[in-house]
Amino acid sequence: MKLSNIKRFWIALILSIPMIIQMLAMPFHWMMPGYNWIAFITTTVIMLISAAPYWKSAWAAFKKHNANMNTLVAVGTSVAYFYSIFAMFTNRAVYFESAAFVTIFVLLGDAMEEKMHSNASNALSKLINLQAKDADVLRNGEFVKLPLKEVHVGDILRVKPGEKIPVDGTITEGTTTIDESMVTGESMPVTKKKGDKVVGATINSNGTFTFKATKVGSNTMLSQIVELVKKAQTSHAPIQNLTDKISGFFVPAVLIIAIITFVIWYVFLNASLVNAILFAVSVIVIACPCALGLATPTALMVGTAKSAKMGVLIKNGEVLEKVTNIDTVVFDKTGTITIGKPKVTDIVGDSKRVLTVATSLEESSEHPLATAIIKKAKEEKIAPVKVDNFAAIEGKGVKANFNNHTALVGSNKLFANSNISQEIQAEAEQLQNEAKTVIYVGLDQQVIGLIAIQDVPKPSAKAAIAELKKRGLKTVMLTGDNKNVAQAIGKQVGIDQIIAGVLPTDKVANIKKLQKAGNKVAFVGDGINDTPALSTADVGIAMGAGTDIAIESGGIVLVQNDLMGVVKALDISKKTFNRIKLNLFWALIYNLIGIPIAAGLFAGVGLQLSPELAGLAMAFSSVSVLTSSLLLNKAKIAGTSTQTA
Amino acid sequence: MNTNQIIVLIAAILLIGFIIWWFFGKHQETAENANVTKGKQEADVVVNGGYSPSTIVLEKNVPAEVNFDLKDSTACLSHVVFDQLGVNKDLSKKDVTPVKIPTNKPGEYDFTCQMGMFHGKVVVK
Repeated sequence: MKLSNIKRFWIALILSIPMIIQMLAMPFHWMMPGYNWIAFITTTVIMLISAAPYWKSAWAAFKKHNANMNTLVAVGTSVAYFYSIFAMFTNRAVYFESAAFVTIFVLLGDAMEEKMHSNASNALSKLINLQAKDADVLRNGEFVKLPLKEVHVGDILRVKPGEKIPVDGTITEGTTTIDESMVTGESMPVTKKKGDKVVGATINSNGTFTFKATKVGSNTMLSQIVELVKKAQTSHAPIQNLTDKISGFFVPAVLIIAIITFVIWYVFLNASLVNAILFAVSVIVIACPCALGLATPTALMVGTAKSAKMGVLIKNGEVLEKVTNIDTVVFDKTGTITIGKPKVTDIVGDSKRVLTVATSLEESSEHPLATAIIKKAKEEKIAPVKVDNFAAIEGKGVKANFNNHTALVGSNKLFANSNISQEIQAEAEQLQNEAKTVIYVGLDQQVIGLIAIQDVPKPSAKAAIAELKKRGLKTVMLTGDNKNVAQAIGKQVGIDQIIAGVLPTDKVANIKKLQKAGNKVAFVGDGINDTPALSTADVGIAMGAGTDIAIESGGIVLVQNDLMGVVKALDISKKTFNRIKLNLFWALIYNLIGIPIAAGLFAGVGLQLSPELAGLAMAFSSVSVLTSSLLLNKAKIAGTSTQTA
Repeated sequence: MNTNQIIVLIAAILLIGFIIWWFFGKHQETAENANVTKGKQEADVVVNGGYSPSTIVLEKNVPAEVNFDLKDSTACLSHVVFDQLGVNKDLSKKDVTPVKIPTNKPGEYDFTCQMGMFHGKVVVK
């Protein structure tokens, strides 16, 4: 018959009622008639039903040269029980209630622990439950309801107001607002139109739209998040190496301490046999390796799940631990501090000619600035001319043959050997001081004009950087842009240090330089172009772009493209790690104080514990560690408007 | 010191010696190979006061499952955690709980109970 711990607890508690009555009646000098026999029978039943599983497990472990908390429970209860039987038949005082109550308290602790443990891991199943169960799929010209499993990539799906979006995809028709808080942590609904990406499990609020499925099954963003959180929750934090070491010798050490306690009381202090036994049993029962073992994993479980709810995905315990030591945060500029959608603001020179050359060359380029130029040309209705011998010069610009002239489009580095008139040079400086990136356009060694492009900082950038500074962190911006532009942007958002004119390949070198100077560096980048820098930094924070979670590149992924996420990530990591440290401290202190008290070290001043109280303290210690972990859910994190509990 | 006390002292010293030898001495661990049948391999681990066998050897590139058979009814061993694989399974829901192990590359996957008191490992060769 398989009984749950809680059932075993109730059976044992009911059976112990006569012993409780006797305990309460003790001060009134009333003895229950035949108490010894009643206690013997009820305790025997309690032992068989409730303590035997611990004995069995401890014995199996013992045969394999292992010892754990079951060993302590088994030794503690069996010593009290068998001694009492011996005492009963030799007309000595019995201690059946010690064996019974220790068992009851341990069971209560176990049952509460199971319950709280499942609460701690529940957050994850909540995430999985966010998924829609079925979808309206276009089949043979009609929308039919199909279970999620039958939705394939490329299917056209329809979502009505108030419905959950079943899978990831791109809107083909319709406009709507969508509540994406479950994946991004952002509570404001987002407006979406044709061509925008939608994420499965988010909730459509007012419009009906159709979309094309791009990711289904285990490839959807939600599945990836769940997978990631799962891994993070079971991951190992380096601080656990300490507890692993301790847990290896903890139980045998406690057994030895108990024997020493017994010997000291019985042999050297001439205590009675029964008192010496009670001290030894208390030591065994109060010692709790569980609290130590639970300290890290439970806090990690709660912390990583909570952060996921806020749109901050932490890869594992190691990352979490590293974040605590960070003193410098390095930001990539484009797309991280700035919105990443640059716009052409000024054109210097013959604007039609300049734009024609620029758009013709940039058409084959993938640079974000190229997009701005092409867009501007389209607006001005300027068609690109076909060019040949196109070449991209990394970090500088592009080069091609334009109507039999050598055309260059790019930064001033590309024009080291060209003629730049005083006038143009002055214009360029003026534009750069306005935080605009200047693109030079040249034909046959002569600069014919400039295109000024501006990328504005994200609205949250300034506040986020102020928050980071408030936490004593140094902020650094890394950019390939010209110094003047970088400085202008840096000033707007209040960054401490600017490293400008950095080629993409030199980002890593710059991070290494900061690390060599003794800084612990976090790098914040967009996760697609910045992979090497993200992995070089002590902690890589990848800003989520769309529905791809490039976790391989970063230790932390921000689902939302918002700099406040960096603050949240640092805060929640620190809070979680501090909680782990607090838990470990408590678990260690508990054992360090509890064991000497139980051993009777302070018996001289009247402070001593009976085995029952020791059992209660033991149950309380692991439950308190779990409570402390669960309280992480209530921790306040900067930048979260709504409190998630 | 009376005779009883002397006997107790000697017994206690012997017992401590035994505990140290039994728990900290070098003892052989059991390792077991998985059964390969029809392009699939399976291994059984009995969970009772620990894991037996505590080391399981799997062949590379054969889909593998390790079946955990929970015989222990205390809370301690009710979950098995593979921290590298992101697996945290409750073993008490079913009699035998299978865990899939990736075998595409050689390596070792440690598994523990949820408090890290018991250890075992799966080796892919």
